[in-house]
Amino acid sequence: MRNSVNIGVLGLQGDIEENIICTKSAMKKARLNGEIKAVRYSEDIEKLDAMIIPGGESTVMSSLISAKVFQSIKTRISEGMPVLGVCAGMILLSKGAYDRVVGERKQNLLSALDITVERNAFGRQNDSFETYLNIPLIGKSKIRAIFIRAPVVKEIGKEVEVVAKFEDKIVAVKQNNIIGTSFHPELGDDKLFLLFVKRAFKI
Amino acid sequence: MVISVAQQESRASRSLEIRKLTIDRGTTLLKRGFARMQKHGVIMDITNVEQARIAEEAGAVAVMVLDKLPYDIRKMGGVARTASVNVIREIIDNTTIPIMAKCRIGHVSEAQLLQGIGVDMIDESEVLTPADEQRHIWKWDFTTPFVNGAKNLGEALRRIEEGCAMIRTKGEPGTGNVSEAVSHIKLVNYEIRKLHALCGDKQELIRVAREMRASFSLVEEVSRLGKLPVVNFAAGGISTPADAAFLMNLGCDGVFVGSGVFKANDASQRARAIVLATSHFNSPEIVAEAQNMIDENKSMLGLDTKNLELRMQERGPI
Repeated sequence: MRNSVNIGVLGLQGDIEENIICTKSAMKKARLNGEIKAVRYSEDIEKLDAMIIPGGESTVMSSLISAKVFQSIKTRISEGMPVLGVCAGMILLSKGAYDRVVGERKQNLLSALDITVERNAFGRQNDSFETYLNIPLIGKSKIRAIFIRAPVVKEIGKEVEVVAKFEDKIVAVKQNNIIGTSFHPELGDDKLFLLFVKRAFKI
Repeated sequence: MVISVAQQESRASRSLEIRKLTIDRGTTLLKRGFARMQKHGVIMDITNVEQARIAEEAGAVAVMVLDKLPYDIRKMGGVARTASVNVIREIIDNTTIPIMAKCRIGHVSEAQLLQGIGVDMIDESEVLTPADEQRHIWKWDFTTPFVNGAKNLGEALRRIEEGCAMIRTKGEPGTGNVSEAVSHIKLVNYEIRKLHALCGDKQELIRVAREMRASFSLVEEVSRLGKLPVVNFAAGGISTPADAAFLMNLGCDGVFVGSGVFKANDASQRARAIVLATSHFNSPEIVAEAQNMIDENKSMLGLDTKNLELRMQERGPI
């Protein structure tokens, strides 16, 4: 176990501060020390022990991410750095994405997570919902899951484990050091952050 | 609105465990959460599907549909109403990012219509001609989230009390002049700082609540948090990347650009540059790089806010 870690939240667009606050509270609960901040440059990403890609609009993050930052994230992930992708973050980590209504749009994706994602899979904002989810990876009690114009995982590769389902749709996955969720743990329950932080500390 | 899964699904094939689950839609958390996903992004005013495409490709976080851009509303006069249903539908069917649309202040039916079409957020906006001079829409009645404009903290709190999930500065729309938006965000943040300093002093907070004509509980919440419980975006007069970065540095959570993009002669390039500057607002080198992507000769000429015939920020009930 490590004494202190350096966790970064990709700081291009989205609910960056909410993810930072949630990570901080998870670390406090677990009595762990570390630094959490928004990161935007390769130099900062190369120093990270763990990284969160927040919710927001995946098309915006795709267009803002520079080739250099893109490469640094890919390299760090392949070296085994724990990564959490939330909603748009999961789309950015995926190898393919298409919109439920509009279809495929040219989009720069990290292709680190061997999944294909359907964007806005539950519909528009009026169809956004909150519910309780069963996630055995986290524990027995159900967690509050917030789905906002959420994507779902349509296809998974051999190495991908299904972490949670909602009405037979895959809404959370894990592939080695990568976790992706359709819902927003940073707005609901911080249990997933607790798990993620512990992985960063190699507990 | 609570819909139990048991009502929706057939009784068979579902375990007792799942049947106990409920799905909640249109909650305050979902509305405010949606607004939070727009943070550090740029929401662009558009009037048709081609402009929606340009905005999406430039990296807009959402688009705002209007019948006419604010600058044209000023020029043409008359009554400005919500955009055509057909146009909004066409944009919805061809765009992957969220779609927002404006309705007139107090016009409940226009808002219901926008909710019915499936718009992701409704802007109850002073850019359109107000329909009710006494009251705003009671936004708690809707599942679709709302954004409202505010010039000061009292106004922001009264709109939040009516159920809005996002605040933006009013600024002076369609002028290409940021000065009003700058004074609005500065005033709101100054008033929040003052409230924060009063944290715990209930008697003084009650006095402030009465002065602001807002509920004590909301005033106390803001005093405790030291910030609004919803996001606050910049709007009204932003036309260059530097404008956007300036307002972000003053503490805005994101930016609305109205006439600034599509009234300029380099819309696509400018849209891209404003997105870059908004994301990297605190890196002067990248803001300079963004500013270098546009040509000042191509900016909208703009209007002086001192001698306007119509001050949109003063329309409607406050």
